[in-house]
Amino acid sequence: MALFLVNVLDGFVTGLLLFMLCSGLTLIFSMMGVLNFAHASFYMLGAYFAYQISLVTGFWAGLLIAPLIVGVIGALIERYGLRRVHKYGHVPELIFTFGLALLIEETVQFFWGKSQLPFSEPAALDFAAFAIAGNAFPAYKVFMIAVAMGIFLTLLYILTKTRIGMTIQAALSYPETVQNLGHNVPLVFMCVFGVGTAMAGLAGVIAGPVLGVFPGMALQLGSIVFVTIVIGGLGSLWGALVASLIIGWLQTFATAYDITAEQVLTAIGFTKPELIWDHPLQDLWTLTLPQLGPILPYLLMIIVLVLRPQGLMGNRES
Amino acid sequence: MNKFNLMMATALAAGLAAGAAVAQEKVRIAFIDPLSGPFATTGTQGLAIYRHSVKELVNEPGALLDGQAEFEMVPFDNKISAKESLIQLQVAMDQGIRIIAQGASSGVANALTEAVAKHNRRNPDDPVIFLNHSAVDPALTNDKCQFWHFRFDANADIKMDALTDDIAANPDIKKVYVIGQDYSFGKAVAAAAQRFLKEKRPDIEIVGNELHPIGKVKDFTPYARKIVGSGADAVITGNWGGDMVGLGKAVMGAGFDKPIYTYYGATSGITAAFGEEGDGIVKLVGAGQVNPAPTPEAQEFIEAFYVSFPDLDFGQPQMANVAPMLAAAINEVGNATDIKAIAYALEGMEYDSIVTGKTVMRESDHQAIQTVTVQGQTPEAAFEYDKSGRGMVAETVVELASNDAPTTCEMKRP
Repeated sequence: MALFLVNVLDGFVTGLLLFMLCSGLTLIFSMMGVLNFAHASFYMLGAYFAYQISLVTGFWAGLLIAPLIVGVIGALIERYGLRRVHKYGHVPELIFTFGLALLIEETVQFFWGKSQLPFSEPAALDFAAFAIAGNAFPAYKVFMIAVAMGIFLTLLYILTKTRIGMTIQAALSYPETVQNLGHNVPLVFMCVFGVGTAMAGLAGVIAGPVLGVFPGMALQLGSIVFVTIVIGGLGSLWGALVASLIIGWLQTFATAYDITAEQVLTAIGFTKPELIWDHPLQDLWTLTLPQLGPILPYLLMIIVLVLRPQGLMGNRES
Repeated sequence: MNKFNLMMATALAAGLAAGAAVAQEKVRIAFIDPLSGPFATTGTQGLAIYRHSVKELVNEPGALLDGQAEFEMVPFDNKISAKESLIQLQVAMDQGIRIIAQGASSGVANALTEAVAKHNRRNPDDPVIFLNHSAVDPALTNDKCQFWHFRFDANADIKMDALTDDIAANPDIKKVYVIGQDYSFGKAVAAAAQRFLKEKRPDIEIVGNELHPIGKVKDFTPYARKIVGSGADAVITGNWGGDMVGLGKAVMGAGFDKPIYTYYGATSGITAAFGEEGDGIVKLVGAGQVNPAPTPEAQEFIEAFYVSFPDLDFGQPQMANVAPMLAAAINEVGNATDIKAIAYALEGMEYDSIVTGKTVMRESDHQAIQTVTVQGQTPEAAFEYDKSGRGMVAETVVELASNDAPTTCEMKRP
């Protein structure tokens, strides 16, 4: 039971971290119809910038400044790169962001090398907040939960309760009309892209000390981010949150419980073959749940796409 | 006219002098390892250790054929891919190089040893020798052994033998958790751990034995919870690279403060990433030792390495043995072209290494038998890793480790 509780908390942290990445991506997609392949690269940039800043000023300044720099870079890329490509349609946009992802990865390796960087949590948060049955829960993870929740609530408030949010939502469905009403729609797009990438950068800063800062960190999260927003429904903030949490828990619990295929198959009534090591179904019989864990999100994505193509909370028909 | 003749004579003389300078024979060694991509640090560090040992132990002292010849390292980037390595092997052979060195990844080593064996079968008069400096899959010197392959690192079984000696000597350890990457090497480590622990300390309970997907796990926290929950007194892992950092940080972050025994839990950014938290917890088993330097010569040698390569670590001591041992074999033969004779000279060679003590290239399977140490991370290390202010210091030293270990190798000699 205690371990269950610990896993609930761990899965929650993983899910929220994923959400910080997905929220920006889904926002950008809903605004501009652009699937930003370079999104996880902004996450990586955030971590590297924060590491560099932390060498001079410590962790906290990095936490504030790095996402800002990433956001500005994102906005500039939208203004001078993506907007020019936009008029040629979606395929050039996809190729543009894909190339951008490769470019960022190479640039990062050029400046910081290929090794892991020693980026650790600030000393002020380097203690165990509490322990459940001997399992320490680091204070830093409590901090991660607080930051992610804060971001979700702020975003939700801005998008639904403020004038800016209404403009953004209107520009989402009827860009021409909003433009005709005197709003600067390209500027709105640029800001959304900037804010979206800044949030990816922030996710990178707070994930860096936990998941490590290395050139492969973007690649590691790149695919799962897309899976999440597809499950949640492209463009839906609530969907991104729900899907992130589901995936966080799915992965944590799949790893935590050593259920083997042998147990399941014997429970159903099959008997294990004597000479399992020469048996054609050896791989099936020796499979365990932790081994299956990494493919579960993809399995879930396929199920969702079959049963509910618009995603859990998506409302798009097309 | 006279003036012209004089000029001609001078030019001729200069040409002759230059000719005499290059007449010193260059013996080229092809170094095939990843020099770009995510594992570039491993390859770059290895190449630096080779270059340093070639310079300090062979070329400068004039130790190759009485100073008549010199070693030259020729790097080839294999991007840690077996396919790419075979192409690079072909390129190296086309350039006339007959001495091949490789070590990062047993998968690559398996491909290379097969390719080399095949080449030598087809060209018995023009063979190639394969010097493996760090690929530790036991099969390479057992079932897949062949005459032209020589392993200078201690293989995974030998390392596990030394590692379990350390565990067996610690009465506080009653439960052990084994975790590794889901591929041939991770499985070999797990099997060896089970075998040796059962033999040396049958009372130790293996409370966990699991494999995780290699390079795919983003967050090791759930594994860490299981390890803490199992009540383990020690963890054994063969993880390397990002999987080592992720596992180590998660396990220590979950409140585990007992020894974590690793094969690759240091240098290449790992020591810096663990930092203070890993002091006294992270252990590493490897050939030879860096701290304390085992001999005064080693002290000087390693100091000079850090002067020449301030950005890299002297991470794999046994790699420094390859060049001097090869030089000794060439000296015995008297030339650097008779590869078959050189291979025979290397076989069974005894060598007093400055970093790995008495080292024997075992005749039966071409596995180097040398000093293997279990090292612990501490801030009190003379030679630090990753400029982190901490390094690995030898705690348990096993000389001629696993000298009597059996091998299934049935060597066919040409």
